Amino acid sequence: MSMTVFQALNGITFAALLFIVASGFTLIFGLMRIVNLAHGALYLAGGYVGLLVVQKTGSFFFAVVAAAMAVAMIGLFTHSVLLRFVTGHVLRQVLLTLGVALVLDDLALVMWGGDAFTVAVPEMLRGPFHLGTLSYPKYRLFLLLFGIAIFIGLWLLLHHTRLGALIRAGVDDAEMVDAMGIDIQRVFVYTFMLGSALAGIGGVMGGAFLTLYPTADAEILVFSLAVVIIGGRGSLPGTAIGALFVGLLATFGQVWFPELAYFVIFGPMALLLAFRPLGLFGRAA
Amino acid sequence: MSTARRAALIALVLLVLVTIPFVMPGYKTSLAIEMLIFATLAMSIDILAGFAGRTSLGHGALFGIATYVVLYYVATLGGSPWIGMLLGILAATVAAVVFAVLAIRTSGVYFLLLTLALGMIVWGICLRWASVTGGENGIRGAVAPPFLAQQSALYFFVLAIAAAMTWLMWRFVSSPFGLTLKGIRESESRMRALGYNVPLHLFIGFTVSGFFAGMAGVLYALFNSFVSPSTVALAQSVEGLLMVIVGGVGTLFGSLVGAVVIISLENFVSFYTERWPSVLGLMFILTMIFAPQGLLGWTRALLARRHARKRVDHSGGGTTHGSQSIP
Repeated sequence: MSMTVFQALNGITFAALLFIVASGFTLIFGLMRIVNLAHGALYLAGGYVGLLVVQKTGSFFFAVVAAAMAVAMIGLFTHSVLLRFVTGHVLRQVLLTLGVALVLDDLALVMWGGDAFTVAVPEMLRGPFHLGTLSYPKYRLFLLLFGIAIFIGLWLLLHHTRLGALIRAGVDDAEMVDAMGIDIQRVFVYTFMLGSALAGIGGVMGGAFLTLYPTADAEILVFSLAVVIIGGRGSLPGTAIGALFVGLLATFGQVWFPELAYFVIFGPMALLLAFRPLGLFGRAA
Repeated sequence: MSTARRAALIALVLLVLVTIPFVMPGYKTSLAIEMLIFATLAMSIDILAGFAGRTSLGHGALFGIATYVVLYYVATLGGSPWIGMLLGILAATVAAVVFAVLAIRTSGVYFLLLTLALGMIVWGICLRWASVTGGENGIRGAVAPPFLAQQSALYFFVLAIAAAMTWLMWRFVSSPFGLTLKGIRESESRMRALGYNVPLHLFIGFTVSGFFAGMAGVLYALFNSFVSPSTVALAQSVEGLLMVIVGGVGTLFGSLVGAVVIISLENFVSFYTERWPSVLGLMFILTMIFAPQGLLGWTRALLARRHARKRVDHSGGGTTHGSQSIP
């Protein structure tokens, strides 16, 4: 019994991480129709930056901030320097981000090599948390709270700020927003940086318990894609539900069929797609 | 191009290909084998990308499934190479059926996303299902039938199959069925209004394309005698797609040029540095920015422009056709 609760908690906390990463992905996808295949590479880059900062300063908080800023800068470069050349060509944009991902991963391999690294967490988050008979790693519970905080933060941003209103309007009809005299390009830049920063934050958070290694980016990208495919483009609640779904399935799948865990996410994803090709909350572009 | 000139060109290409093992034995012949195999893979991707307007990032996985099945059946289970090859093609085709059922309802960027996710799931399974796939170590073993042990024999075998597949693919895309796929690429709703069963056409197109990818994967098993998760990884699909783009999307034969360019470059670069993935990534970025219609399309557009300028007093130019750029 307590084993099942333990696994369920593992699933939910993993879902929190998936939500952080995938929300960035879906924001960019929803507003700009850009499928940023460099998202996994940004996650890994963020993780490595965090690792470096923790080693130098010993502060986990600084690590998260530095990773978010550094990865937002990579996002800014990708968007404003590279993607500028291919505006309006959806597939070209996707393939270009794929090229960015290949370069980033290779650079990461040069700098950090093939070993697995763990980002050190602060003293107060180490060890287990006791609740009655159940004890559970503190860090993972912190991650869950952090994920919920990000959800609330993004929700408030999208629904209670001017930028959020512009993003929502842009998701529905970017051209119309532009025609109303609003600089939609600036909204695009902010969104791209925000989405990238979320990947970077996810990298530090994930790097603390999943470790960072050269193919970690591909793994997180598969999960993020599954989350967004299930949840639907540009939907925050969809992403949260998709993340819970994928997080729980991936965790229990690993317990039940250790070698075929990937297949377990594939089943429901396939089933859902058969009925709703655009995902749970997806709308036609 | 007139029929006679086209026939002459094909004959010339075949002649060059036939002489390769005599003129450049050893390492260069093995490079040529690799080029033929990847050209077949790239053409299978072009069937979908160029003719049905669906860019797939899952074909590397279909290719790799065939390679895995051949190696598992022959090297691990000790079965006959011929049955192994048949099983490999069958496995890739069945996987293509599954991919197709899920992916044909989508188009554009969703199609790309979905084939990418499906391909990566295959990669994840190959990586984790260690009792069958050998995990990260992969499967190693000579699987080619004994009469292909010599390099030149293997070369001619691969050449014969690749040439036959190229001919079949060319027949496929220029058949009425292929024209229907082109119609779907141009306007899905119009084809539906004309009474065509669009999903069925895409389903068959995808399955056929997967069959050819599987053929290439089987040849790769014979050639490489080794398979690991990197054979089914995204990079494989990416490289195949880049060959298609460099050669010109929708030209089919351009993929051969693309394969020659990319593999030569890969070997040239690997000679100096281990940073091939970076170079591949940069090439992708630069191609997307500067030459999305590919090398062939780029030169053809250039030639057509010069040609049109020369003939401007006679006919006032004309329409150019050939490769299209990625939308």
